[in-house]
Formats: sequence, structure tokens, C-alpha cells
Amino acid sequence: MKRIPWLIPTLYILFLMMPIYWLVNMSFKTTNEILGSFTLWPREFTFDNYVKIFTDPTWYNGYINSITYVVINTILSVVVALPAAYAFSRYRFLGDKHLFFWLLTNRMAPPAVFALPFLQLYSAVGLFDTPVAVALAHTLFNIPLAVWILEGFMSGVPKELDETAYVDGYSFWGFFFKIFVPTIAAGIGVAAFFCFMFSWVELLLAKTLTSVAAKPIAATMTRTASTSGYELGLLAAAGTLTIVPGAFVIYFVRNYIAKGFALGRV
Amino acid sequence: MNKTVNQKAWFFVLPVFLLVAFNALIPLMTVVNFSVQETFGDNVFFWAGVRWFEEVLHSERFHAALVRQLLFTGIILLIEIPLGLAIALSMPRKGPWVSVCLVLMALPLLIPWNVVGAMWNIFALPDIGLLGRSINALGIEYNYTRQIFSAWFTMVLMDVWHWTSLVVLLCYAGLVSIPDAYYQAAKVDGARPWAVFRYIQLPKLKYVLTIAILLRFMDSFMIYTEAVVLTGGGPGNATTFLSIDLQKIALGQFDLGPAGAMSIIYFLIILFLSWLFYTLMMKDEAR
Repeated sequence: MKRIPWLIPTLYILFLMMPIYWLVNMSFKTTNEILGSFTLWPREFTFDNYVKIFTDPTWYNGYINSITYVVINTILSVVVALPAAYAFSRYRFLGDKHLFFWLLTNRMAPPAVFALPFLQLYSAVGLFDTPVAVALAHTLFNIPLAVWILEGFMSGVPKELDETAYVDGYSFWGFFFKIFVPTIAAGIGVAAFFCFMFSWVELLLAKTLTSVAAKPIAATMTRTASTSGYELGLLAAAGTLTIVPGAFVIYFVRNYIAKGFALGRV
Repeated sequence: MNKTVNQKAWFFVLPVFLLVAFNALIPLMTVVNFSVQETFGDNVFFWAGVRWFEEVLHSERFHAALVRQLLFTGIILLIEIPLGLAIALSMPRKGPWVSVCLVLMALPLLIPWNVVGAMWNIFALPDIGLLGRSINALGIEYNYTRQIFSAWFTMVLMDVWHWTSLVVLLCYAGLVSIPDAYYQAAKVDGARPWAVFRYIQLPKLKYVLTIAILLRFMDSFMIYTEAVVLTGGGPGNATTFLSIDLQKIALGQFDLGPAGAMSIIYFLIILFLSWLFYTLMMKDEAR
């Protein structure tokens, strides 16, 4: 055991890659090959499934919709969480602890509980079936998370930084944008990463709040599976493509990812 | 850090407060409304008092779903926390492999949950899936759409696949934050690996482990999308967890009263158990 410490992570990563490999493998096969035989790699290699997704608007619009609400949600969550996290990390005010705790309890609310009320609420305000509705709904769990992460990173910045800036003649907002925000840039990146992640992977609310115009890619997949028979190759290709944005985003935050998962508090 | 009292800080938190209140309080009040009223459609509601709460709390269906939920959460916590800790301990601390490990391990966390379900559905199919086919080739009968044990096995394996990395990343972050001086001191004292783990690493990991257990508890207690796509709650009701049952009642049968009451009980159970975990884990801290 001692001589081969790399064995455990290697085995674990192999285990992680197997289902992903199977999905990618299947996405390059023809329907005939998938259903007719059991092959470890595609014998009749085909790009047809991908071509269909990139040429059929019902498919590629799903990606555009998903990306749209994820980006709106990420920007909104981080922008409103920034001043709030600053307040929690620097000041004491009436009800601060209760408010912080209440924010976190929303992270514990099962989306299944809120699905139906959300449907009624967003229908009532006329936002049903728009990316904005999904983006707003996802702030329920992303804002508390962003506040929590940013507060962790900000509390690591000594207060002397603020005081020195005021002595140097900065106004509050001048200090905040020119000095403070660049100082915690890593924290902002990590918070944005988490907002992106949880908005991208969530489906229950995204599916409930959309019908046709703003349908996310993940919902397009489930509906295709049930309506047009079982086109496994197409489904696998669509699934493979949903992994790409995640992989892309992880690559950017790879140096902060460990600290980020500890919510900036280690 | 000593903080200054400043009531104007409320202006900073106001946007957050308004947005979250809009998303949390209005729907929560809707649920509360459902839970104390009876409806026969057409938006006509009658006061029903605590009848739905009594009904849910005495219903065998709810008890069965709750027991399944507790069992599932218990099993995955018992597997994921020690496994995640073991993997984090054996990971390299420096060098080019660190990034590779972290990126590959984080990958499952960024896959949409229904794709996770669909992926495992395909992977575990007894005839054309790699896992299902391999298990059957070993001579063990395996079919997750028909056998209860196979369904549970697949469900647990999927969750371990999906979320162990979260525990690994948290523990890893805790481990790299331990200064080298601690290890050197241990070496001078001639401490064994077990002593290093017990007296240096474990105390430092306490905080991240608390977060890991809390997050895994909450999220596994809310599991919905992956489970629905993988088994649809079946075979029979064998994998119908609380969220799946709730959705069947709320959107399937449109029984708003019982669904509302169940939502509130469900939410309160999560809040209570999270509080309990947190208090127990942080008990020594206060002393």
C-alpha cells in the first residue's frame, strides 16, 4: 500500500471514466449496432448523431436556452452576493446572524417542494417559459451559496486593507471596485463556478418552468426518449455534449477548485 | 475579526434579501396554504385545519418512503465519507498530476443530473450496457428494472460515482492546508502513520468533514432527477424516495393538500437533521 499510493486514485478515476466512456462510445454508434450487438468500441463509426443535433433547431436551441439561463443566473447571483457577503464579513447589524442562517436554510429546501408553487408564481408574473424564470428560480439556492463562499474568501482578507485605502483617500465604492474586488478575484471565480455548476445540473425546476420556447437541453433529452422511441445513439450524443461545458469550466478554475469546494474557509 | 456595528449594511444585503424572499417566502406560503385547505378544483378552497398533516403522518405510504430515504442516505454516507477520505489521503500533494486528478474527479459533479441518470441507465442495461452485461457474464443474475436488490445496488453505485468526488475535494482542500511543520514535528517524534492521521490530519479535517457530511446528507435526502431517470421509482415502489413520492402526489394525482402537508414535513425533517448533525459535530468546538 505504501509503495503504490497512486493506485487508489487511479482505480477511482478509472471507475469514474467507465460510464462516461460507455456514453461516448454509444454516441458514435448506429442504432442498429447499439441494439443488435454488444461491442466495446464502435465498429461502424458514425457522426450522424452529432450532425442531427447541430442541424435540428429543437436540439441546438436546447443548448442555447440552457446556456442562457445559466449565464444570467451566474451573473445575477454573483453581483447581488458581492455586497451582501461584504456586509456579512465586515459589519454587525440587526438580525445579521438570523439572516445568514435563513439564507442557508434555502440550500436545504428540496426543489421538489417548490416545483408546483414556482410554476404558479412565475405564471402569475408572466415569466413562464422564459430563461429569466429559470435563472431567477435557481437563485433560490445559488445566492445563498455565493454569499457563503464569498463571505469565506472575504473574511480571509485583513480589515487593514479597507482602512489603509480610506486613509489613502479612496471613496467606499472606489475602494470596493479598484482594490477589494481584484483582491478576492479567486473567490469570485470560485463562486461563479459553483453558480454555473448548480444551475447547469439542475433539471426539476428548469423543466417545470419551461414548456416549448425556453426548454433546456436536458429536458429535450427526456422528452425525446419518451416520444420518438428509444434513439439511444442520439440520446448518448446529446448527453456527451452536456459534459463539454462543465469540463471547459473546470479547466479554468482547476487551481482553485479544492479550496473552492471547501467554500474558501480552509 | 472584530466587526463594527453598522445598520446601513442592510442596504448591502437588501437585493439578496428581496430576491431570495421572492423565491422562498411566496412559494413557501403557497405550500402552507395548500396544506391547510381542501379543494375540489376551480380554485375554490375550504379550510381543512391539520387534517392533511394527520393523514400524511399516519399514512403507511409516507412511512415507507421515509424509511427508504433514510436507508439510502445512511448507506451512501457510510460508503462515500470513508471512501472519499481514503482517496484524498492517497492523492499526490504536489506535481503535475494534482491538476489532472482534480479535473477528472470533478467531472461527474458537472454533468446534468438527468444525464447522470440516463448514463447509468445505459451503462447498467443487462443486454447492451457494459456494467449489466459484465455482471450477468459473471453468472450473477442482474436486472435493475425487475429485481429490487439490483435496483438498489445500481442506485447506490450511481450516487457513489456521482458524489464521492465532492468528499474527496473537500478533504483534499483540508489536507493541503496543513503546514509542513506539523509533519516534520511528527517525524522528529517518530510518530507512526496512524498517529499522524489521528492526531494531525483528522482534527484539521473536522471542519471540511462536517461540510461534506452536511452537503451529502442534504443532497441525498433531496435526490430526485437521477433516481427518476434511472428507475422511475421502481421496480414497484422499491426506489420511490421522498421527492419522487411527493412529485407523484403533487403533479401526478394533483392532491394539493396532502402534497403541501408532506412538503412541510419533509422540509422540517431536513432542517432538524441538519441542525442535529451540525450541533453534534461542532459540540467540542464550543468547549
